[in-house]
Amino acid sequence: MPTVIDRHGVQRLIQQGAQLVEVLGAKEYETEHIPGAINIPLKTLNRTTAKRLDSRRPVITYCHDYQ
Amino acid sequence: MSARAAARLESLGFTVHRYQAGKVDWFAAGLPREGKDAGIPRVADIAAREVPTARSEEKVGEVRKRLGTGDVEPLIVVDADRVVLGLVASELLTTDPQSHIEDVMDPAPVTFRPNLRVGEMPTYFKKEGVQHALVTTSDGVLVGLVHRHSE
Repeated sequence: MPTVIDRHGVQRLIQQGAQLVEVLGAKEYETEHIPGAINIPLKTLNRTTAKRLDSRRPVITYCHDYQ
Repeated sequence: MSARAAARLESLGFTVHRYQAGKVDWFAAGLPREGKDAGIPRVADIAAREVPTARSEEKVGEVRKRLGTGDVEPLIVVDADRVVLGLVASELLTTDPQSHIEDVMDPAPVTFRPNLRVGEMPTYFKKEGVQHALVTTSDGVLVGLVHRHSE
């Protein structure tokens, strides 16, 4: 089960090479996102789009807030 | 939404963590932003960082001596982690020097989040009816102070 982390955990994991993924739509991502995040909207998330990610490195997902 | 995405990615073989509080929490902490709106000024960009602070257990007389007579900024009461506990209007520092700061502080001062847009400040100042507001992270940690005249 994915681990829930806070922003301190996000900062620590990014330093260790984790990949940050915003799963909101493209428009919201383009308006503002966390530096370094890539955008894979939940609606388009599948085996093919997930190939943008490196399976050897941890992934951190986020959206707007507690949704 | 991030929970479903995390579960889906995990099913695809990834090691996944979920930042449940999301980008609202990140921006509210005053951390960096990217994107087409990232350059819009926020209160964290204009907040005064060098502000007088004190601990709640200090005595009014000690603080007044430490600050001198020229300081007219409100005094911000913080704990050891710089979490804001209250605010003391500068004129209240003339009260009984033996009083403790916690006895004269306002424990619920108006606060803004660091990511509030500067252009939105006038509305909030008007709504709250104050001349200054503290800027704190979502954890309550002091970032700085903004004045109504800095709108």
